[in-house]
Amino acid sequence: MDSLAQQKAPILEALQRYKSMRVVPFDVPGHKQGKGNPELTQFLGQSCLSVDVNSMKPLDNLCHPVSVIREAEQLAADAFGAAQAFFMVNGTTSAVQSMILSVCKRGEKIIMPRNVHRSAINALILSGAVPVYVNPSINHQLGIPLGMSLADVKAAMEAHPDAKAVLVNNPTYYGICSNLREIVRVAHEKGMAVLADEAHGTHFYFGDGMPVSAMEAGADLAAVSMHKTGGSLTQSSFLLSNGRVRPGYVRQIINLTQTTSGSYLLLSSLDISRRNLALRGKEIFRKVASLAAYAREEINHIGGYYAFSRELIDGDAIYDFDLTKLSIHTRQIGLAGIEVYDLLRDEYDIQIEFGDIGNILAIISVGDNKLAIERLVAALAEIKRCCAHSPKGMLEQEYINPEVVLAPQEAFYAEKRSIPIAESAGEICSEFVMCYPPGIPILAPGERITGDILEYIRYAKEKGCFLTGTEDIAIESINVVENIGK
Amino acid sequence: MKLWYTEKHSKDARFSIKVERQLFSQQSEYQKIDVLESQEFGRFLTLDGLMMLTEKDEFIYHDMLVHVAMATHLDGIRDVLVIGGGDGGTVRELTRYASIQHIDLVEIDPMVVEVCREFLPQTACKLDDPRVRIVYEDGLRFVRGKEDAYDLILVDSTDPFGPGEGLFTREFYGNCYKALREDGILVNQQESPYYEKYAEATRRSYLRIHSLFPVSRVYQAHIPTYPSGHWLFGFASKRYDPVEDFGPEAAAAWNALGLYTRYYNTRLHRGCFALPTYVNELLEE
Repeated sequence: MDSLAQQKAPILEALQRYKSMRVVPFDVPGHKQGKGNPELTQFLGQSCLSVDVNSMKPLDNLCHPVSVIREAEQLAADAFGAAQAFFMVNGTTSAVQSMILSVCKRGEKIIMPRNVHRSAINALILSGAVPVYVNPSINHQLGIPLGMSLADVKAAMEAHPDAKAVLVNNPTYYGICSNLREIVRVAHEKGMAVLADEAHGTHFYFGDGMPVSAMEAGADLAAVSMHKTGGSLTQSSFLLSNGRVRPGYVRQIINLTQTTSGSYLLLSSLDISRRNLALRGKEIFRKVASLAAYAREEINHIGGYYAFSRELIDGDAIYDFDLTKLSIHTRQIGLAGIEVYDLLRDEYDIQIEFGDIGNILAIISVGDNKLAIERLVAALAEIKRCCAHSPKGMLEQEYINPEVVLAPQEAFYAEKRSIPIAESAGEICSEFVMCYPPGIPILAPGERITGDILEYIRYAKEKGCFLTGTEDIAIESINVVENIGK
Repeated sequence: MKLWYTEKHSKDARFSIKVERQLFSQQSEYQKIDVLESQEFGRFLTLDGLMMLTEKDEFIYHDMLVHVAMATHLDGIRDVLVIGGGDGGTVRELTRYASIQHIDLVEIDPMVVEVCREFLPQTACKLDDPRVRIVYEDGLRFVRGKEDAYDLILVDSTDPFGPGEGLFTREFYGNCYKALREDGILVNQQESPYYEKYAEATRRSYLRIHSLFPVSRVYQAHIPTYPSGHWLFGFASKRYDPVEDFGPEAAAAWNALGLYTRYYNTRLHRGCFALPTYVNELLEE
């Protein structure tokens, strides 16, 4: 990485030049640098509205970058050790989808763990690609899905030598990494591409002692959620490439679904955040890791909670662990993670990332300090003091191996009917059911609904998980595929 | 040249004091610390530009933070925890009671203590009393590790808009409850009921304490240099009620100590819990 060049921020600088020219706008957006919407300008600030502008020659064009955006993308590629970087403004969701659409066409196979984000399976609906699921191992004590074991990935490749790609979570929401280098080596031997969902892995590229990043491991494409732990605005993201997939083709794929009115607020936030991490990332993530380590130690000291870390590493399905993830197992105090999540928000004004059946996850990032960590620790101590009870009768989370009967696209577009969810056992699901966050589907289109799955959904609902995905907002009915199933 | 210190009491209301000279100004790890000198109020300390104390009127605040609780349970308070209060004024009042055996002062910012020792000996004068132990730590963190350890906790904090924010939270009050003995008392400075920003802090703080302690009351004092001049304190306790349990005998016992206090007295003790109607309404759920 050229650290002198990294001091530049081409999009930021172009916007500053644009502002200083005091251009009279007769183009969109119609708020005309905020003048046409005083209430919005008062709320967001004049300086924000004045750079909410349209693509134009001095500011380049996201769909076909040739000047400042191109330069900013090259700097980002250099900072992340990639051959190309694409600025994304439709969320990491669109980065994940663009990765998959870039390497898999209709009917082609992609190997992936089942605990992927919904965006990955959505991409299968868009492309018509067929998933080959690798069962992520599960840690029975914690009830969390892990990474993919190398042997399982190899077995899937042997069984499906025609697969085009392997998708890897690097890391999972809980911070767990698979053996990415080996997966890349084996996949490339077999001519398969490796795609990495790095929605939660931005810091791998900058911090010391972090798990290996996708580009470093030699993966072909990676979706990096800059806004999650890198400090840019919500919805902004990077798609990175090692150059093996033709960059012009990747751009065409991105342009299939990405807006033609790319927001300069998002673009400049990516540019500025890239510069910040390139210049100061090492220091920032050293601080983040030490805050997380401190929080983990204090939380484990309370007793009852288990803030897990690198001691879980087993060289296989937990090949590595991201120390900045503060994942905490709560079942031993008799509370589901989602219950602790709700208590923290409702009683203590503390918002954490998510709670599932047995765990909570707090994101520690560039924006945190010690005082905030103290509040979280103190609140957890209080919740234990006031609310802890016996963990008897709590559901243990188990990985439910899905039976994929139809490809997601086929199931999604099939003739279907809506039936009460409680009566749907044995049917083939035509839509998603998931808790959000984390947004990992419990059921995906094309999978058989079973009694175990229905019991899990019922329990998650009872504990207060926010269920989503079905056409029926109330999640009382579910769409199932006509004429097959049962 | 005329030099004025100005604090915004609300977006549209300001409070100013003519300044003779600036004695100290530095940014610590946590906040901007300034000591100024004036004709009207003597020396005064500000943190992040907000008034903490002046030599002329600090007696009101420190009298009311300390003596109401002490008089309520005079013979039962041995171990005291002061959170914040690096200026030493609260400790100074506490050390006047021979019955107190130990005082932990937990201040997050060592520079506040240093600066007050140098420029405000009026309040910092008893910080070296042998019963006092100073701990430089986040109050929230300190109290989390304590159980059944104190008879009295005094929260002498800044406003909840900076490093003091954690000292207005439910988790902090809950941890205080745990740190107190079975007849323990918690007194906290509880902001002003007048300006909206402060009133909201008052209300939230009170409701949180109210949900945790069997006894929770609010009392008031008049402090000229604090926003609106009308200031509130929270009194929470596991057993003793500061009015019901403060009969003539308790008053006589406190008066027998012969402590001279320029603001507090035992008649005021009962009276300060009588609140204006709008304040009572603010504190309703």
